[in-house]
Amino acid sequence: MMIKVTINGALREVDAEPDMPVLWVLRDLLGLTGTKYGCGEALCGACTVHLDGEAVRACVTPIRRAEGRALTTIEGLSPTGEHPLQKAWTELGVPQCGFCQAGQIMSAAALLAVNPSPSDEDIDRSLAGNICRCGTYVRIRAAVKKAAKP
Amino acid sequence: MSFEVTRRGFLAGLSAATAGLALGVRFADGSNKGLFIPNAFIQIGHDGIVVITCHRSEMGQGIRSSLPVLIADEMGADPAKIVVRQGNGDPIYGDQNTDGSTSIRNFYEVMRMVGAVARTMLITAAAQRWRVAPDGLTTKMDAVIDPAGKRSLPFAEVAPAAGLLPVPKTAMLRPRAELVHVGTELPLRDGPAYVTGTAQFAADIKLPNMLVAVIARPPALFGKVAKFDSAAARAVSGVRQIVELPALTPPADSKPLGGVAVLADHTWGAMRGRAKLAIEWDAGPNGSYDSDEYQKLLLAAVRQPGLVQRTTGDAEKVLASTARVIEAEYLVPHLVHAPMEPPAALATVTDDRAELWVCSQDPQGAREDVAKALGMPEANVTIHVTFLGGGFGRKSIPDFAIEAALLSRAAKAPVRVQWTREDEIRHAYYHTVSAQHLTAGLDASGGVVAWRHRLAYPSIGSTFAPNTVHPSAGELGQGVLDLPLAIPNVRVETGSAPGRIRIGWLRSVCNIQQAFAVQSFIAELAHTTNRDPRDMLMTILGTARMVTPAEQGVAKLGNYGASLDKHPIDVARYHRVIERVTAAAKWETAKASGRALGLAVHRSFLSYIAVVAEVSRNPRGELRVDEAWIAADAGTIINVDRARAQLEGAFIFGMSAALHGAITIKDGAVVQRNFRDYPVVRMTEVPKQIHVDLVPSEGPPGGIGEPGVPPVAPAIMNAWFALTGNRVRELPLVRAKLPT
Repeated sequence: MMIKVTINGALREVDAEPDMPVLWVLRDLLGLTGTKYGCGEALCGACTVHLDGEAVRACVTPIRRAEGRALTTIEGLSPTGEHPLQKAWTELGVPQCGFCQAGQIMSAAALLAVNPSPSDEDIDRSLAGNICRCGTYVRIRAAVKKAAKP
Repeated sequence: MSFEVTRRGFLAGLSAATAGLALGVRFADGSNKGLFIPNAFIQIGHDGIVVITCHRSEMGQGIRSSLPVLIADEMGADPAKIVVRQGNGDPIYGDQNTDGSTSIRNFYEVMRMVGAVARTMLITAAAQRWRVAPDGLTTKMDAVIDPAGKRSLPFAEVAPAAGLLPVPKTAMLRPRAELVHVGTELPLRDGPAYVTGTAQFAADIKLPNMLVAVIARPPALFGKVAKFDSAAARAVSGVRQIVELPALTPPADSKPLGGVAVLADHTWGAMRGRAKLAIEWDAGPNGSYDSDEYQKLLLAAVRQPGLVQRTTGDAEKVLASTARVIEAEYLVPHLVHAPMEPPAALATVTDDRAELWVCSQDPQGAREDVAKALGMPEANVTIHVTFLGGGFGRKSIPDFAIEAALLSRAAKAPVRVQWTREDEIRHAYYHTVSAQHLTAGLDASGGVVAWRHRLAYPSIGSTFAPNTVHPSAGELGQGVLDLPLAIPNVRVETGSAPGRIRIGWLRSVCNIQQAFAVQSFIAELAHTTNRDPRDMLMTILGTARMVTPAEQGVAKLGNYGASLDKHPIDVARYHRVIERVTAAAKWETAKASGRALGLAVHRSFLSYIAVVAEVSRNPRGELRVDEAWIAADAGTIINVDRARAQLEGAFIFGMSAALHGAITIKDGAVVQRNFRDYPVVRMTEVPKQIHVDLVPSEGPPGGIGEPGVPPVAPAIMNAWFALTGNRVRELPLVRAKLPT
């Protein structure tokens, strides 16, 4: 069935089963592969996207829930890849394998949107759902602070 | 340093790399059409851009930010302007198996030689143009420089002429001081691709008419499909084909496990289709495997004499007569890699060709095994290496690439095999399960006069040769046979332990359990004899010296494949990292100021790492790691920032093993399924700081990706003992039987 959803600012009509998770619509139907599959059960955060500005796990969000709403993925976070978080991430050399980092950045961006000057505890709590097996956490924390308002 | 551009000119064991070095000869007849291709790693095209091939897989260690810079630095190219191309699986590059923390330690000199050959040819071409002797010329920032004539010639202009020259018979490495980029904070080459989501991992690549496959595999190793009904699966929207894979027969090797594959237009269809398969399994010979029961057998094995692997003096006699005997047993469970990217591979196979995109640590191994599985010459198989979303040893084995190749042939279409997280957790090549029994004999003054270490665990060898029941010398060489002990009577024995599931390599391998036991036990001895743990550790390691096989009571030391001449086991380097890390952590005053610190030191992959962890209790009374200090002597560091990043990450990886990681098997099947029951460290548990101190060194490089892991768990548990008086002898902490 055709589902209308705004993705990264553009209105799209997607031909998908309504219960297909947003993750697979993005990756397999639309070719937006920046959003990653890591667990399929909202346990790791690699698939984090924004639904009307709020961080959600695309792997457990059926596309019907996005109908008529706005999805933002890592590809749409900044047209030039220069969101303050993306800049802080590269300046501090956060990524190791890089696989989880889009999800980490999307979670951090949702945090900064509502809390521009988060404490360490705020950051830890907001990113607790995003696993990084390479263990880049200390730098993630530092990069969020760098991108935050002092 | 001068070297010959021949096979003999290169280091022993690296001769394959010279195949790539010599390749340029093939183009000396002008067939390169204006391109400069001095060897397999370098190309300067008509646009003047220096393209450098990275032949090792990028899995988070930053190798693409490091090795190509070595070549560029040596040839005088500007690393900021080079284009890095990822090498396909091809023996022309030499060893590509990105494991064993070998990329820098085995290629530091080879990559420099690769660059030096190019520099020599560019200089020769410029000297001919200027009609001067080449001796006075050098290269810098993509140009040949003539300091006397105050002139320069960009590589772009001189490269076509250089491309016509024969590859020189000899070349010189620059003096170390002329390498301006090595040993600095090199930029993260792929950082922008990672943070914008454009870096391509195996699952991100798509071909026209591609199907996605998800496979139901036998729960137990060597289990089989007894019968199955796929009617419901076929009814799922998007499902196109159901393919049964051949059952696996011993040895497990790198072969697929068998099972039933569901091929669909998209991943969601394949996953849902698999869930609808009705399969009756024949559990096979390992259907009764129970890892907890098995660990009890391992414990029984280490409570009796075993096969002697190392002996000096007469430990048995001294232990029988000494004033005091201390004993302790340590258990470490199976672990799984859990890289954030589960395995994935895309294959397109025709009658006589196969092309694959694989997140492979070992693309030559993948090529060889895929060719064998398809009955095709290796030359007809192309393996493209994608970014790896973490590897940790799992992706050195190409079982998932073979699955994709077999399915593509069966389906007559490109097929991408996608492992789910459950597949990754339940069908890995697991870190082994182990039991260790340590015994120390103390004399009347509390001095350690005898040491006996008994170990039992299934060897990685059992995956490839099922009759293997003892650890290999290589496995025991990870902190047991090579462990310096200033103790006159030492005995190491191993018990018999057959493999019942696939055992494989996991970041730092047997160093994990062996460092945990040894470093915990030394701290236990310190407590028993009322000594400071650091002093006890220094005493047991003994005076500064180079450890020899004779001192160790072994015929030879594997030493991670390196010679003891180039990479001796140097006790002074253990001392140095212990001194530096305890100074940084303010070890001396910790007790008085109420801080609970734990220390461990370990040499692995030719690098020496000491760790101090500071712990406290969180509001629920559980262990919390507040801060960590790491001192690392890894010889020459190429990329300072990535080296630091690897050690920070290794601490977190070690924390996961210490606090959370346990794979258990019941009825031959892995119990855990996802991050819910195989938890790893999350942000809320992360120390506020992980301090990394890299010891300045101009010595030959050691490994950096793995050696940070082994000392972490014992340092944390030693700190927990300092805080609580509870000695944790079983990992992870949640499984340890603690007094309440």
